[in-house]
Amino acid sequence: MTGSLRLTHNTHQKASQEETALAHQQSKITVQGVAVNLRRSGSGRTMLFLHGAGGVMAWLPFFDELSAHRSLLVPDHPGFGLTDEARWISSVGDLAMFYLDLLEELDLTDVDLVGNSLGGWLAAEIAVRNLSRIRSVTLLAPAGIRIKGVPCGDNFIWSPEEQVRNVFHDQAFAERMLAMPMDEAQADMALRNRFGATRYGWQPRWFNPDLEKWLHRIKVPSHVIWGDDDRLLPTAWSALWKERLPNAKLTMIPHCGHLPHVEQADQTARAVIDFVKGVAA
Amino acid sequence: MKFVAFHLMPYRPLDLVAAAKHRSSWVVLPNSMYDPEKGASEYESYISSLAHAETLGFDVIAVNEHHQTAYGLMPAPNLVASALIQRTKRAKIAIIGRALPLINNPLNIAEETAMLDNMSRGRIIQGFVRGIGSEYHASGVNPYHSHDRFHEAHDLIIRAWSEPGPFEFEGDHYNYKYVNVWPRTYQRPHPPIWIPSQGSSETVIWAADPARRYPFLVTFAPSESVSRYHLAYREQARKFGYEALGEQLGWAAPIYIADTDEQAMAEAGEAAETLFNNFLRMPWEMLIPPGYMSMSSMQNFMRLRSSLGTQPKRSAADLVASGTAIIGSPATVRRKIQEMHDRTGFEILVSMLQFGTLNDELTARNHERFAAEVMPYFRK
Repeated sequence: MTGSLRLTHNTHQKASQEETALAHQQSKITVQGVAVNLRRSGSGRTMLFLHGAGGVMAWLPFFDELSAHRSLLVPDHPGFGLTDEARWISSVGDLAMFYLDLLEELDLTDVDLVGNSLGGWLAAEIAVRNLSRIRSVTLLAPAGIRIKGVPCGDNFIWSPEEQVRNVFHDQAFAERMLAMPMDEAQADMALRNRFGATRYGWQPRWFNPDLEKWLHRIKVPSHVIWGDDDRLLPTAWSALWKERLPNAKLTMIPHCGHLPHVEQADQTARAVIDFVKGVAA
Repeated sequence: MKFVAFHLMPYRPLDLVAAAKHRSSWVVLPNSMYDPEKGASEYESYISSLAHAETLGFDVIAVNEHHQTAYGLMPAPNLVASALIQRTKRAKIAIIGRALPLINNPLNIAEETAMLDNMSRGRIIQGFVRGIGSEYHASGVNPYHSHDRFHEAHDLIIRAWSEPGPFEFEGDHYNYKYVNVWPRTYQRPHPPIWIPSQGSSETVIWAADPARRYPFLVTFAPSESVSRYHLAYREQARKFGYEALGEQLGWAAPIYIADTDEQAMAEAGEAAETLFNNFLRMPWEMLIPPGYMSMSSMQNFMRLRSSLGTQPKRSAADLVASGTAIIGSPATVRRKIQEMHDRTGFEILVSMLQFGTLNDELTARNHERFAAEVMPYFRK
């Protein structure tokens, strides 16, 4: 949920080197008076990516892989990144209603919804409320429900270094992240994202006690993807999602921590694309 | 000047070496490190010491609230206040303060204080605080709502004390069909309110508001910050159209007196270091969870430090040089208090005469010398 923060410079540079092939556009759209920062890339069916608690600190290689097959939308949630603050949005349930307004505002239909961590929780909250514009749901290590006796990690007490180390399986990967300095603008954005994460995830810690009982309403094809070594949201939670979602497939990504789309980007992108392509039109 | 004998009630038998292996002396320090036999003796000696402060001539005896820590053994300060009521006759008893956002039913605070105010026939002073950052980890309360919960709980409690009940309270965080606190407070409309703070311009504006005029106590801060906040309060009062009284300005500091400056440092320097380096030790993630400070305050704070790692260690010499602690001969201590008084006109001195590992014998002597060699010089 955190930690992806530092993935900044080199991925961004990589993206700009390949700019001609893989350019993404960034613009503001207004929903309920809130100016939302929205990145877009690719063409075809709409895929909406909902970010986790660390926000979107850079355009990721994973996004390029998805946008080769889909019209990919990557917004910043209210209070995160470059999107306005909106204190009246006070819970993940509120955030879900806000995104239903966003889907209407942009008149998006047949959307493949993808979310990581907090964004996975958000995708589930959207889907239990209204599936009319959703054709599939993909959850990457989602928050939102928990298994008693299998506690999550405490990213709010972790040091900045632990926040990076504990979301990656491969510590060499974590060390490369830690070696990248953040400039002042990035540090401010990371702080903003941390405020947003606190608002939604502090108490109860990373779940909504009223979500699990409604997951049967997500009748569209669903795909739960989890790293096999997730120290933030336990890998074991994937079994409960599989059990509660009526139409779900489970994919375990080996040698992977809490951010499958970052640490195992190719494999995760392939799993996402294969799944959405297999969903009947 | 009003003299306050203040206590944190630290757990002195703490194994400091073993404690240093944990992330903090708060929240995650295993409570297996607390020995009830030793702890019971701590309570006994601390409560006796505070009760004796009345005999020594202190105007106010003060307790406070902290949770899940060896830094202070008063998660329920009203229990100690209640014991002190039974052992004193004249001194005011200040509870500085109750951590409003951490309590899910603020009417509990209104009720308990009202009881204490009756039991003491109007000797209670009520402090309100937001708690220290780590207490949001300890309580589970979301720090994002810290300010909002503080203000709403404050408004509720003041109304519960001062308006006839029952009435209905409709808030964002707290809602009651019936607010009707029995007993009513002994002091009308309610006990005096004090606001301890580490210093924050938002809190200065709020406390100085003409509707409140709450005394503002700057706690454990370098003397430069203390005078800056006192003067900011005075300036704010002028903006509101009135002149703040010295009784609205307070300073809370660890104080120690011996024959000479050198002797005072030799006896209490290490104890002062343990207060800051051992008992108060916690990483920034615990001290300032998101929302505890506003985003802009936190950005400024982060820019002052290259990274949010562990807090730097403080030496006794630094603590004294910065004026965070006052340690010295009677003349030195008097001079430092006088200097602050000359700069800001403050009239409430919250003296913490036991701190860190300072033992009973030195603590008792410190109280006596402070009462005999400092207080009389500032009595009008």
